[in-house]
Formats: sequence, structure tokens, C-alpha cells
Amino acid sequence: MIELMILRRENRDAKPCWQRFDYEPQTPDDTLASALTALNAREELRDAEGNPASPIRWECSCLQKKCGTCAMVIDGRPRLACGARLSEFKKTVRVEPLRKFPVIADLMVDRSVMFRNLKELQLWFTAEAKGKDKAMPVAYQSSRCLQCGCCLDVCPNFRPDGKFTGMASAVPMTRVLSQIPETQKKEMTRAYRLHVYEGCGKSLSCRNICPAGLDIDEILLNSNAIAVWKRFLQSAS
Amino acid sequence: MERIKIIGAGLAGLSAAVRLAEMGIHSTLISIQPSERAQSVMAEGGINAALNTMGEDDSPAQHAADTLSAGVDLADPAAVEDLACHAPEILSWLVNLGAPLSRREGRIIQRNFGGQKKKRTAFAHSSTGKVLMTALIDECRKYEASAVVHRLCHHEFLSLSIREDHCEGVWVRDDYTGETFFLPGPVIIASGGINGFFPGMTTGTTSNTGNAAAQLFSQGVAFGNLEFIQYHPTTVRIPEKRMLISEAARGEGGRLFIYRDGKPRYFMEEKYPELGNLMPRDVVSREMFTISRETGEQVWLDMRGLSKKAWKERLEDLREEILYYMAIDPAKDPVPVSPGIHYFMGGIWVDRFHHTNISNLYAAGECACQYHGANRLGGNSTLGAIYGGRVAAQSAAAELGGAFPNVPYEGCSPEKPVSAQHSFQLRDILRDGLGILRDEDGIRKAVEKTGAMPVSANMMEEKRKSFAMAMLLSALERRESRGAHTRADYPQKDDEHFRRTTVVRYTDGAIRLSYERIGTEVHP
Repeated sequence: MIELMILRRENRDAKPCWQRFDYEPQTPDDTLASALTALNAREELRDAEGNPASPIRWECSCLQKKCGTCAMVIDGRPRLACGARLSEFKKTVRVEPLRKFPVIADLMVDRSVMFRNLKELQLWFTAEAKGKDKAMPVAYQSSRCLQCGCCLDVCPNFRPDGKFTGMASAVPMTRVLSQIPETQKKEMTRAYRLHVYEGCGKSLSCRNICPAGLDIDEILLNSNAIAVWKRFLQSAS
Repeated sequence: MERIKIIGAGLAGLSAAVRLAEMGIHSTLISIQPSERAQSVMAEGGINAALNTMGEDDSPAQHAADTLSAGVDLADPAAVEDLACHAPEILSWLVNLGAPLSRREGRIIQRNFGGQKKKRTAFAHSSTGKVLMTALIDECRKYEASAVVHRLCHHEFLSLSIREDHCEGVWVRDDYTGETFFLPGPVIIASGGINGFFPGMTTGTTSNTGNAAAQLFSQGVAFGNLEFIQYHPTTVRIPEKRMLISEAARGEGGRLFIYRDGKPRYFMEEKYPELGNLMPRDVVSREMFTISRETGEQVWLDMRGLSKKAWKERLEDLREEILYYMAIDPAKDPVPVSPGIHYFMGGIWVDRFHHTNISNLYAAGECACQYHGANRLGGNSTLGAIYGGRVAAQSAAAELGGAFPNVPYEGCSPEKPVSAQHSFQLRDILRDGLGILRDEDGIRKAVEKTGAMPVSANMMEEKRKSFAMAMLLSALERRESRGAHTRADYPQKDDEHFRRTTVVRYTDGAIRLSYERIGTEVHP
């Protein structure tokens, strides 16, 4: 039996409060996503005290760490619910929504600021990508960003209204920078310096947070090389 | 002029939005989640195109022939030829958009995939869908910034307004506020496969509830070939679903076996010397099912023979996934595998230009019945979604015009969510009736059980029942074995009676089944 302490909020204006649920894992591999799914599938959901409870609002999609939908803060750390095995936790696990985004309800947050930032940074190719062989490892890794928001949750420098747009934009920017056409280079490197390089406090708090396992150091190293030191550094991976 | 409304923002929806934007036509891209969450990001193995980069004398004609042959002569040859001929151009477009497909000396590397005699599948490790999606998302963003594409994320499709077989527009609900509203204009459906009818049994996402299909069916939209469900040979059980082990594992040399007298028996290689483990998916799944049933033995996937280079350069992500979810290192130990539902060849009936039976309504991607016939080739889903989205966009653009009423003919009354109990009950019935091996008795029992389910006050639950019934009746009436539809009581293929498309439609309060000649076109 595991206790789930869930930070509940009926809507964006409501006051948050903790509610406890008991869950008996069905298999040793059960994840937090399994628990949330099973609780909501109950004909009548009741909390650990036996009080009737409304269904827990949360989002999921692929359930195998490929889409970033179910990101939430689990025992203080931003993670994907589908990648958090219940066997990792002791008696209780505390679950709350990501902390940098407006809450819609319960564990659902509005992450649209990330997509707005990508649009404002003009992250797209305006001419044909220069897809050299040596750029492929970096381009591949930086294409894998889930846009889940976990890296932003822990970042001391990222604010939704700030100039620094965090790793959630630095990674997609690396995809473009690694194959940047000449005509786009000046503008994109300027945007990188302004919105990433100059704003990152180098706290490295996002290291080992990415659920996709992206090597943040290496991605930054490559983009810094292109946009700041003006040379292409081939990825070691 | 009204914006064209696109439902779904995976590969097909994005492709449609971008194609329309390239033509200067405005669209609204509606999806319950941002594109990063779409099922397309889960596509692993690759994308097919006869680029002929591997010195094997490949050609689009051979790509088309392999596709038609794997589809057991049920796909539209003209549509498939279009698909195969445009594939090389689509790949070079994706490369120009920065999709990091694996390459060597400036040329795209291609690998073997099931049912294909040539190395034709381009890839990026086993995360091909993800990198293609990232490239298309970035390209679409360019048009979002100039307001040519207007995105409505966290919006759910509810229903269409259809007047006399003419689509007037779409009802949607904002998932954040609960607000419901009508958007007039032509509609392209790109809502993906119907995983939600088989919760826990498929490799797809939970976001694809199947409600869109059930709703469209209830409104008279015709569906084709619903009996054809692809069971992918190599899947494993993980919490709440099945996880795919990409066909790339066998493309790179993985072998299927069972233990007999303590020794591995590579049954696919014994029976099919030419293609062995890389026979089309329907054949491999059927053989696995049969041998497991006959011997009572588990089937294993042996990837121990793969080179270090193959793991490092091409399948690193797959290895990590198997390690995490199964605690098995596939480079060192075999993995127990069994077939699981992976793709729906059937869907909204469309012609080769992606017209549906309703004017001003188009469909593309997995939600539509196009390109794959009775069985889909690996590497053709990503291609079919991108190409199909493009064709649907072109058709919608060519036929754009006329006024769309702001006050729709049909209103909308949103239902409460479908209960988990109802979903599970329907799933169990469909599982028993639509397994890998089917027969009249089993399908009839499933039909009876569906009919005997209590009438629900939730209309969406009733619509789902009706759609499930349409799937079962399609399977019941196809009294032959072809591709993914294997009947124990009719083991032979019967071209004379069944080389045609099963079309099912809900009209005048009843489900009606008919057959359509392959290649039938709509003339709007």
C-alpha cells in the first residue's frame, strides 16, 4: 500500500489543498501514472479518510516517456508520472503540479508560455537546413526535446515573463543552430546569446533532470561553440 | 473565406496545415494536446522512400509493388503509386527542414524493414517519428507566427454540423474553460487511430480515445475496412499498455525463436527462407500466435547478434527503453515478446484525393482508410500520414469556396466522459471477437454481447457501442482470410467475392454494410 498526497485545486482560482489517497500497486512495475489511472477508474473515488472525491485532473498520452505530457512534481522533483515507479518511494509520495506554470486544475498546468517563447524566438528554418553529416548527432539529440517543462521547473533563472527562455528553448534552438543556413546565422546567434547564453546562471540545476535523458552540458557546449565562440564543435556522442 | 479546420496535430494534421500555408490558405489547427504529445512522436522504425542510396537498384515502382503486395491487393493501386512516387521528394523536403535522418557521406542511410526486398527505410535511431514531428512542428510554427496557421491547443473535437451530406463546420470544446463553440468551414480529420477502443492492449497513446471516430460514424460518415487491425509481432506488456519493440530490431538482425528441447528454434527462418524474420507483420504475428498455441512456448526476440556499432549508432534508444521497462539488456539476453495492437488499417473511408462521403470533409493519417489495404508495411505510416495530409490539404484548397453559415444546422450537446467500466467492457468484447484468429462463432458472440450491453444515458457510450458493432459486422461479413483478418473458418483468400472495400455507414438509425470497388472516387 502506498499513500499518495496530491495537491488538489478545483480550478485556477481555487485555493490548493492536500488530499490523501491509498493505492495498492497491482504489479511491481506500477508507476505513478498507473496509480492515477486506477484511482480515476474507480466507480466512486474516495480519499483515504473515506470522503467522496472528484476525479483527479491530470494529463497523459504515451505512458512511456516519449511525449512529456504527464510531467509533475513528484516528491519535490519534476518528473514524468509514467517514469516514476511506485517501488522507488517509501510509504508516501507527494504529488503536485509543475511550479512555473499557471495551474488549470489539480495536476494540469498551462505550458503555453514555452510554445510562445519558441514562436517569439523564431525557431524555424528560413532557408534549407545545412544537414552536414557531422551535425547529425547534435541535431538528433536536440530534436528529442519533449517540451515537458521539467528543466524550467528547477531553473532558478527562468521566469515565465523573463527574457531568459531556459533549456526548453535552448535545446530546440540547438537543432536549428547545428544546421544553420548562412542567411539565418546572424539573427539566430543573436537570439541565442540574448535569450539563453546571457541569462543562464550556470547553476546546472537542470542537469540530470531531463526525462528524455538529454545531455544538457553537451547541447549547451555545442550551441555556445556555434553562437558564441563561432566554431562548430562536433558532438562526442 | 473561411479557414480550413484541421482536427489533430500529429504528422497528418501538421502536414495538411503546412501544405495549406504554402498555398497561402489559412487554417485552424485543433488538438487536445500540443503536437509534441501526439502519437506520431512515438513512431520508431522509420519512413519509406525509394531513394536508392544503398546500391540495390530500388525504385518507386518496387516500393508501390511491395506496399500493394503486403496489403494483399486491397489498397488502391493508383493511390499507392502516388504515395511511392512522391516519397523521395517528401524525404528531401524533410531533410531541408532539418530532420536529422541518419546519413553517411551526405547520403541518407536506409535499412531493411519487414515485407520489403530492398533497404528502403530511412531512420533516426528508433525515434524517427519524434524527429520528423520536431521538423514539422518548427515549420508549422513559422506559419503560426504570421497567423496563417491558427492553433487551438487544449481543444477537443465534439461533432460536425452536416446538412444533406455537406459539412458546415465543427463543434469544439476548450478543455481549460469548458466553453463549447462552433467553427464554420471545411474540415480535415487527422485524429489518429482508435486505440481507445482497446485500452491497455495497444502500443498507441491514451489521448486517442476513439470518441472522434464514434461521433463521426454516428453522423453518417462512412468507414472502410474496419476489420483490419494490425497486431505488431514484437510488443511487451508494461503498466497500462503495450510497448513496441521496433521492427528495426529485426531489420538490424534480431531473430525470433522458441525453445524446443532446451534449444532455440528459429521458426520464421525455417519456414520463410527468403525474408525470415522480416516477413510482413500480419504473417509474423500469425506464425507467433500459432506456434505459441501449438507448443505452449513463449516466443523470444534474440538481438544478441547485433553489432556494438548497430546498438550505438542505430538502436541506442531502443536498448535503453528495454532496459528501463523490462530490466533486460537486449544485447545480452533475449526478450520475451508477443503480438499487440499497433495500427488500424481501416478508418474513415476516403478516395485517393482524401475525400470522404461527405462534401467539405476530408480525412488523412491513421484515422483514414488509405494506402495500407489489409496490412501495413513498417515505415509506411509516417509516410502515409505526411503524404495523405498534403493531398487532403490540396483537395480542400481546390474545393474551397461558398458560404458557411455561422448558425449551424446541427447543434451540439457535449456528453460526460465515458466511464472506465464501459470502456473495459467494450474492450473485452472486441478483444474476444477481433483477435489475431477469428471465426464466425466468436464474432457472433461478440455481436450478441455488444447488443446486450445495457442502454446508457451517456450518448457517447451508445455511439461507441454502435461503432464497435460496425467493426464486428465488418469482420463477420468478410468470409475469407486476407492480411490482418484471419478467419479459422475461411482460411483462404477469396478474390472473387472479397477483393473489395468493406464500407460501413450509419443511416436512418441502422448500421448498413456495403462493398465498394477498390479505387472508387468521389466527384465533388
